Amino acid sequence: MSIIDSALDNTRETFRRDQVWSFLKEKEVSVDVSHQIILYIEGLSVSFDGFKALNDMNLYINDGELRCLIGANGAGKTTLMDVITGKTQCDEGSVYFGQTHNLLEKDEAEISQLGIGRKFQKPTVFEAHTVLDNLELSLKTNKGVIPTLLARLSSTEILKIDEVLETIGLKDHRMMLAGSLSHGQKQWLEIGMLLVSEPRLLLVDEPVAGMTAQETEHTAELLKSLAGDHTVVVVEHDMEFVRSIAKTVTVLHQGSVLAEGTMDEVQNNAAVREVYLGDES
Amino acid sequence: MSFLNSVFSTKWLDRGDQAGSRTMPFVLLLLVVTFLASFCNLALPADSVFYVSTYTITLLGKYLCYAMLALAVDIIWGYCGILSLGHGAFFALGGYAMGMYLMRQIGDRGVYGNPELPDFMVFLNWTELPWFWQGMDQFWVAMVMVALVPGLLAYVFGWLAFRSRVTGVYLSIITQALTYALLLSFFRNEMGFGGNNGLTDFKDILGFSLQEDSTRIGLFITTALMLSLVLIASHAILKSRFGKVIVAIRDGEDRARFIGYRTERYKVWLFVYSAVIAGVAGALYVPQVGIINPGEFSPVNSIEIVIWVAVGGRGTLIGAVIGAILVNYAKTRFTAIMPDGWLFALGALFVLVTLYLPKGIMGLFDQFNERRNKNKAVDVQETAS
Repeated sequence: MSIIDSALDNTRETFRRDQVWSFLKEKEVSVDVSHQIILYIEGLSVSFDGFKALNDMNLYINDGELRCLIGANGAGKTTLMDVITGKTQCDEGSVYFGQTHNLLEKDEAEISQLGIGRKFQKPTVFEAHTVLDNLELSLKTNKGVIPTLLARLSSTEILKIDEVLETIGLKDHRMMLAGSLSHGQKQWLEIGMLLVSEPRLLLVDEPVAGMTAQETEHTAELLKSLAGDHTVVVVEHDMEFVRSIAKTVTVLHQGSVLAEGTMDEVQNNAAVREVYLGDES
Repeated sequence: MSFLNSVFSTKWLDRGDQAGSRTMPFVLLLLVVTFLASFCNLALPADSVFYVSTYTITLLGKYLCYAMLALAVDIIWGYCGILSLGHGAFFALGGYAMGMYLMRQIGDRGVYGNPELPDFMVFLNWTELPWFWQGMDQFWVAMVMVALVPGLLAYVFGWLAFRSRVTGVYLSIITQALTYALLLSFFRNEMGFGGNNGLTDFKDILGFSLQEDSTRIGLFITTALMLSLVLIASHAILKSRFGKVIVAIRDGEDRARFIGYRTERYKVWLFVYSAVIAGVAGALYVPQVGIINPGEFSPVNSIEIVIWVAVGGRGTLIGAVIGAILVNYAKTRFTAIMPDGWLFALGALFVLVTLYLPKGIMGLFDQFNERRNKNKAVDVQETAS
């Protein structure tokens, strides 16, 4: 009798209803930011047919900061984002996410699942899908083939999407096809897609291109509110916009870092004035 | 459990605005026509006006097999943007697997009366069955092969092609080369698939004579049921989040990757699914037409399938079915009147559809619907004002 009892107890213990076996739990990605730095870029070089798009670049992004990257065309801003997100292979150097994740060894999907989200220069949304579907696809979930086949929206996910729809002001357009949105709305949708994926690090390439003054202001507010919980890196040409959001600005020139500091420091830097802001002064 | 949930909570009879929402009504229509035709063949006397001849039944069965093949291409081309010009290969492989089973069923009724070896092997002076013919006398083994062989080929091919990020025209050309390579190798007698002549002279399937009307009706109904099943399954798959990812890959593969989806895996599995459907279509085709030969691998066949889908309207599932049936009906009619003119007609059809009906017949339907709705709206407004 006692044998049966203990066997039953064992079974009950194994199949406890209030918890999930540890191997069934999804692994939380942990990013080691014990040195306050979330992104380490060291000695990075990329060349296309002899042209050095990135030339021995060193850049550190602190956890939770809002950093702006500026620089003339061809300074290497977009290439840098391509390398970080795994789209472009680099020739030498290292890119670490936290202290442990070597991004150069991973592909785009894996990097995205680590919590690095990217917004493209040209708004890229899935035009044949509704706004809602676009957001659903971007949710932070298991992105494997079978889980995706069986996936249904949970109520928390729907709440999350509603919240983001509110933030990006597309609440009334949720059933509209993304392809029929205006340019500015597409920009917003793409930002929304970033938000629902709950990334640690957001790479935002020219977020206000094609936006009205009012929308630009709204974007600035949003990006500022994101910093802190998230780390935000913004590439932008619009100096007014950069001035309104950035604490720290990094100036890139010919594939390496030219100067770094507050907007005022950077604008008064002699080297920067010469190569980039020269025409403004 | 969550699978069951998703099965039950899918609104089968949902008639929304989205493409593919007409699947269920269409399946019903298909089944009604199938049973009506079968009934008219079996129950009515041959001189009745409504009598459907067995020849027509077999012809319809053949069309339905083509429809299934078109559906396979639509799934991969219409929804994922992968233009496969080699789906005839998967169709033929499924057909050969079924053909091997039917060959073994002939037994000692062949010309040479060899109980073990098919006629063409005796003719080639072979003394024993090649290893890949072993077990094919079992129906279930053959059925496993019908799905496994095309599926495996699609998996290996897809894995190599999609992992290397081959897309667009290059992929189409490679699929075309794949089917051409198979065509050449199946022509060889040493391959052990009957060479030039292929496999034919079948006697019976599962003990039923292939010459009997009832067997033909049975095959026709089986084909219709399989087509319905595949339509419903594909509809469910493409409506799921998996299907949304597939369309996302079609419209912006890079974006899908940056969101965190391993797009090559999605593409490979969709390709395998599509290839298995093509294989099953081939397996249903062979007993109805009574022959399978390397001609089925010919690149032209694969291109024809793409035209069926284009005519019906891609990315709509039932468009592919309608397109395949209509074009093949036209082919049957046309080749009877002017046998040499068919390829010209087909070419002209393709050009016309591309120019004037980019969304195919289904697109035409949608246009009519839209116009009607608009007219209705105008009417309502006018009466209001």
